This record gives sequence, C-alpha cells and structure tokens, in this order.
Amino acid sequence: MSSYEAHFKVWRGDADGGGPADFTVEVNDGEVVLDIIHRIQATQAPDLAVRWNCKAGKCGSCSAEINGRPRLLCMTRMSVFDRTETITVTPLRAFPVVRDLVTDVSFNYAKAREIPAFVPPAKLAPGEYRMRQEDVNRSQEFRKCIECFLCQDTCHVVRDHEENKTAFAGPRFLMRVAELDMHPLDAAAEAGLDRKRTAQDEHGLGYCNITKCCTEVCPEHIKITDNALIPLKERAVDRKYDPLVWLGNKIRRREA
Amino acid sequence: MTQVDRQSWDVVVVGAGGAGLRAAIEAREQGARTAVICKSLFGKAHTVMAEGGIAASMGNVNAGDNWQVHFRDTMRGGKFLNQWRMAELHAQEAPDRVWELETWGALFDRTPDGRISQRNFGGHEFPRLAHVGDRTGLELIRTLQQKIVSLQQEDEREFGDHEARLKVFQECTVTRVLKEEGGGRVSGVFGYERESGRFFVIEAPSVVLATGGIGKSFKVTSNSWEYTGDGHALALLAGASLVNMEFVQFHPTGMVWPPSVKGILVTESVRGDGGVLRNSEGKRFMFDYVPDVFKEKYAQSEEEGDRWYEDQANNRRPPELLPRDEVARAINSEVKAGRGSPHGGVFLDVSTRLPAEVIKRKLPSMHHQFKELADVDITAEPMEVGPTCHYVMGGVDVDPDTTAAVGVPGLFAAGEVAGGMHGSNRLGGNSLSDLLVFGRRAGLHAAEYATGYAGADRAAPAGSDIDLAEAEALRPFSAEGSPPGTEPGRPPENPYTLHQELQQTMNDLVGIIRREAEMRQALEKLAQLRDRAGRAGVEGHRQFNPGWHLAIDLRNMLLVSECVARAALERRESRGGHTRDDYPDMERRWRRVNLVCRLSGSPGDPAAGDPALGRIRLERRETRPIRADLLGLFEKDELAKYLTDEELT
Repeated sequence: MSSYEAHFKVWRGDADGGGPADFTVEVNDGEVVLDIIHRIQATQAPDLAVRWNCKAGKCGSCSAEINGRPRLLCMTRMSVFDRTETITVTPLRAFPVVRDLVTDVSFNYAKAREIPAFVPPAKLAPGEYRMRQEDVNRSQEFRKCIECFLCQDTCHVVRDHEENKTAFAGPRFLMRVAELDMHPLDAAAEAGLDRKRTAQDEHGLGYCNITKCCTEVCPEHIKITDNALIPLKERAVDRKYDPLVWLGNKIRRREA
Repeated sequence: MTQVDRQSWDVVVVGAGGAGLRAAIEAREQGARTAVICKSLFGKAHTVMAEGGIAASMGNVNAGDNWQVHFRDTMRGGKFLNQWRMAELHAQEAPDRVWELETWGALFDRTPDGRISQRNFGGHEFPRLAHVGDRTGLELIRTLQQKIVSLQQEDEREFGDHEARLKVFQECTVTRVLKEEGGGRVSGVFGYERESGRFFVIEAPSVVLATGGIGKSFKVTSNSWEYTGDGHALALLAGASLVNMEFVQFHPTGMVWPPSVKGILVTESVRGDGGVLRNSEGKRFMFDYVPDVFKEKYAQSEEEGDRWYEDQANNRRPPELLPRDEVARAINSEVKAGRGSPHGGVFLDVSTRLPAEVIKRKLPSMHHQFKELADVDITAEPMEVGPTCHYVMGGVDVDPDTTAAVGVPGLFAAGEVAGGMHGSNRLGGNSLSDLLVFGRRAGLHAAEYATGYAGADRAAPAGSDIDLAEAEALRPFSAEGSPPGTEPGRPPENPYTLHQELQQTMNDLVGIIRREAEMRQALEKLAQLRDRAGRAGVEGHRQFNPGWHLAIDLRNMLLVSECVARAALERRESRGGHTRDDYPDMERRWRRVNLVCRLSGSPGDPAAGDPALGRIRLERRETRPIRADLLGLFEKDELAKYLTDEELT
C-alpha cells in the first residue's frame, strides 16, 4: 500500500463562467478519480459540486471529462495515470454547466420523450409472451445502457454544434429506436408506426456518419455504431437513400 | 409565512426507485395527478444496483413452484418474524407484477421454450428469480422509467403537456412531511431543489414514502449516497413509528479490496450459478455452519451439493445458498479464526466451477467490476469477499394491505423504507418483488385516499410547519460554534467528519455481531454526534452544495442509527439480521415481540429531547398470530422451532 500526492485541476464555476482550480491531494492504492474528488470535497472544497450515486459503474451519474476524454469518474482508476501527471477534470462539454462538474443534462430527457414507447402486442395477455433468447440478445445489449450520456457528450454532431440538437436524438436515443425496432414483440408496425422511417425523419439518424466515437466512450462496451446505428441505417435504406449505408454494408457486425 | 414555490398535486411520491416509480405509475393510472420527487436524476436510483433478480413463483423452470412455496421460503428466511400478511400478498402477486413488466417492454433472459428464465438463489426452494444477466435492477428501473415516459407521451397527446398528470421533480430533497394545522392529516411535503437550493412546498393529501434504506450510516456498505434513511426519519418526524429496526442485513459478499471499493456488492448469483466459498486453507467451510433449523434442507457433502446444480429433485442445495444472515456470520467467524484471505475476507471462487465463457455470459457485470476495479479476472482466479451492510429489514409500520403508515392519515410507505415484510432477514430477490407488489399497492391506495379529499376538504399545510422546515434547512449556513451558555470558542463542525464518525461508530459498535456494552457506547457516541450535528456548518451558497446537503441528511442518519442501536440493545436474542454475541440463541418467545420506535419530544426540533434518553422511544408490541391456513403450509416439527408451545396449541 503506497500513497502519493497528486496534482489535480478541477473546473469550478457556474453558468456565468469559471476556470480550473488547482488541488494537491493524497491518493491511495486502488483508488478511482471519484475517490479523489470526494477527498477534495471532504478536506478542501466542501461545496465542490459533483454528481454520483452507485460508485460501481452501474448508474451512470458521475460522467465528466478527464484530461478531455468523456469518462465515468467512478470507473477511472488512478493507476492509469502517471504519478507526476496533472489530472484535469472538467464537466461534460456538450451540456450547459450548472455548477463545477455538474451539467444540465435535460436535453437527454427531452429526447427520451420523443421516442415512441414499446407497443405491446394486442393479442397477448401478460404472462403469454414467448421470445427466444437468440432473438432478445440484440435488444438486451442496448438495454445494458446506463444512460451516462457520455456518447451524447462525445458525438461530434452535437458536441460543438448546438444548432443540431433540435433535429438529432443522439446515439443513446437512436440506439433506443434500434432496440425497440429489434424487440421481437414490439407491435409498432401494427399500430401504424414505422420506427425505421421515424429514425431517419424525426430523430436525425442521417446526421450520424458512423465515426464510432460513441462506441469508444461507452463504459458498458455496447457496440452502438456497429450493432445499433448501422443496422438501423440499413433497415431505413429502402425508405430513404443514405450514402453511408454503402459504408455500413462494408463493415461486418461485431459480436457483442 | 415565507415565500416558497407552492404546487398542488393529488399524490406525492418521495423516491424514484422501483417502489416509487411503480407507485407513481399506479397512482397516475388510477387518475390521480402524481408528482415524484427524487434526490438523483430520473433513472439513477439505488434499484439499478440490484443484480440477481426478481423473486416470483411463475414456475417457468420448475413447475412445482407456487405462491405457497414462496411464502414458506420467505417466512423461513425471516425466521417467522415477517408480517405474514405482507409475505402472503407478496408471494401471491409477484408473478403478475413481473409479467406486466414485459408488457411495458422489459426483456428478461429466456428459458429454452421462450418463457422468462428463473435462477436459483439463497433460501429459495426452486429456481425463482426472473433476471437479466446480473443487471436485473437496471432492467427494472429502465422499464418503469420508460413506462412513465409512455404515460407522459399519452398526456402530451391529450393535453399538450407531458407533465399534466405525472411529473418527476428530479434532484430534489424532501426534508419534512407537512401536516395540517393541529397535526392530524398529511398535507404535503417541504423540500429543496439540489441544483438551485430553492425551497418548495408540494401540497397533496397523499404522500408515499419510497426512499429506500439506511446503509450510508455504516462505513462498509453496498448502498449509494442516497441511502441516508430519509423516509424512515420523515415518517418518525411526522408521527409514524418504525418496526424491526434492529434487523440490518449484512450481505455476505461485498468486495474487500481495494479499500476504495470496499463494500460494493458481489451478487449472490455467483453462488446461485455455482460459485463456492473457501477459506485460506482451501476448505468449503459453509458445510460447518448449517444451523439446526435448516439441517434437513441442505447438502451434507460437497458431492451432493455439486449434484444439486444439475439435479434438484434428488439432491439438497449446497450450504453456500443458505440465507444471507447465516453466510455472513460464517464468513465473519472464519476471518476471526484467522482463516481469512489476505485482505480480510474469504475466497469466492467461480473460476474453477464454470467455463470462462459461461461466467462472462451469466455474470457480465461481476466480470467487468472485478476487472476494472480490482484487476481480478474472475474467470481465472477467486474473488475476495466479506460482509457489507446491504439492507434494512426495519421500516415504517404499515397496514399490510394498503401500505398506509399506522397512525398518520395520508402517509404511505413501500419498498425498503417499509417494515415487516421480510421479518428478521430478507431473501435475495425478494426486494425487487417487494418494490413492485407494494409499490403498486401504495400507489393504488394513495390515489384512492386522495380522491376522497377534493377541493376544500383538503388539508392545508400549517404555516408554522413551513417556517420551521425552512429555518431547519438553513441552519447549517449560520452555524455558530457555541450555543449560548456553553463553553465558548467551539468551531462549527465539518459535516463530512461527522458523517465519517457516525459510519465508524455504527460499523464498529452496532455491526454484524453485537454486544451490550458496545451498543451502550454507540448510544453515547450518537448523543454526542447529535449535539455536534446541531453545529454542522457549511461554506458557500445554496446552489448544488454537497456539504450543505450532507449537513441536512445527518439529521436523518442520526435518527435511524439511534433506532437501530436502541432496538438492537433491547432484543436479547439472535435472529436473522440481528446477532448478539451475549445472547447467541434464537428464542421462541422473542418471535412474538416487535420493537416499535417512535420519536420522543417535539417533532419540530430534531435536536431536542433529553440527551441521556435520546430522541427515540422504544415500545414492545406483540406480533399478530399467524393465520391458521398459513400455518398449515408448514410441518408441525418445523413450526416447533419457531413458535412457542402455547402458540402451537
């Protein structure tokens, strides 16, 4: 067990502005960045604002940017950094700052409401649903999503383009469309809802040019691009021409 | 009266975990305008951390299962102290609550014939837990969240407003349940927005508490920061009582290393799917710890235990799958006897039991968690685990059918914050089903109750209550070092320091193994901490200020900690989640006793009360006799282990 002093720059401020604040903090074996933020709170800056909950990578609350990369504070171990390195922690860039490391993520909740819900099959009573494991695997992969919104934060369609936010649901919610579209018992079609078409027309699927930034930051290692977005583009293709589908077709789907 | 934002709703649900969201869905579907208030973002509640599954006797994997068997297992797990009517309703209704989740889009793991798969778990006679790998809680919360969104989409179509009849106030904390002038009926809640620090009042005739547990009063815990016993304390302060607070579940398997993750849960599914516990000598020690009441139900040899995974009809289950209290105590004893692992736990090994691919498929979160946080590959080496504070069986004293808090009209409680259902120890998987069954019941009855009070019949919050609540919440900003007439020069207290001392006290003195002298010491320490918490001070302003939030939460943690310590001191026997070193045996006469905690002194001032006597008054209450047809589900011999001779005749 060994301890050392680490140098941190933590962004402090609010909607009116702010900047990095310097801290020198003790670090012990096995600790994660969130432990260090908590130590700063407990010993140096009691009003340092940070969101967190489970501290086990299951709730997706403690999203921030560490040295510019979107990550979960609770799943980023201190051992990945050099001891002499200054570690910079900043709030998610794609969303407005509330205070310090806390951002206003209401964009995501608004987008969630725009995706039509699961449509239960009319003829099946509760308890009568039968689905094969092979057929639910695909949607289950997407349901591993912990809604940390790191993919929403990193996606270049909105990261530096506020103007695209109205038309673009972002990877998390396009993946939600894919999840419902691949649900073996979703009865959207019977109800007159074409999820593939709405993905394209209403949720901005066409903006995605499959650079896979979302997949790279996903803490759940969901293959968002390969398994959700590209297949969705393929399914939408007979409705609408999308030049990227050509590219999508060149890329094999990976196993989850 | 001060100016605070005021709104009026029919039902207010405090908490947005499984119970709160299920209650909100039901209340809204009953036609009540429903507000949900939660401390975190919508969809982040502690329920996401539930791993193993939802217990429901659907009989998909073993057709022999039914509600009666589930009821029996639940009563055995709770050592017959369970509020039996709750256990009955729970076992009867759980399958419907699971099936309805599928109609809202949930995707459980499947059996080969396409039904919901069910897995084995400690204390359950049959494979019973509906699950999604080891992330069942996430599936549950997401399904309920998405159902709420779909109800909001309906409202948008009908009224042009998503939030016309169902609104989630996220990142808000409730600090008081308000009552009408004179203190009769509930009239709403007082709280603050965490983001802005602004105060608000929501007026409503029905308030549902669904705030979860109290684990953050203990140092080593699997619980998230939200688990500060808010609902327990709100209920006490509103005049309700708490039962069974001495029963705290220490989950046998939490991570023990590295220190920063100590306490994080390692799901029971590891054992359900074949994982075994070994000590430093490599021995499967659980065979030495099967208590007499369970002797006939568990394997006597490793061979038999191993055969059980394949053939449950002809073999008994391995003792690794005893109820959690038994396993936690056994681990504790092994470590104490010097047969622990290098970091003070024992070994949980699945790597020699299942192929790596199967482990990754069945236990993906555990694989991920150990790899990322501890550099341990569970497909190749054993995990180190030890007990962690996981769940409180005690909670608000409620009517079993309606979830109404006894003695406080308009107050309801469901989920972990409610007491009784699990008796002295909860079985794994019975929490998620509890949330759904009693969440729905709470929503139903809260909506019905609210409908009975329309317009002018509604109770208005007493203005003085609102003023008091505001002053109480603001106190940390003006914390003076020394109150008048005391020694001068004492600086304001740091809430983080107080919290750490509280956690250490509860962990060391009212933890998994309890002794009279230590609990007395704990009560003294709690009295000191209560005094110091009255001087907890914070810097900065009200906008998203975690130091301030903690200073406010301390009140709740201190109240519930005192309940736990007082009740634990009083119960002179060992049963379920309450183990007394000085009274190691279970006593049948104690089964008939519920310990009931109430607030003593004025509810207006949580710091008031005689320092020696503390804030909590304890009463003994006789449990209601178990209904005859339910007793008939057990063999007489088994009942004789739990019930007194007089009860048996």
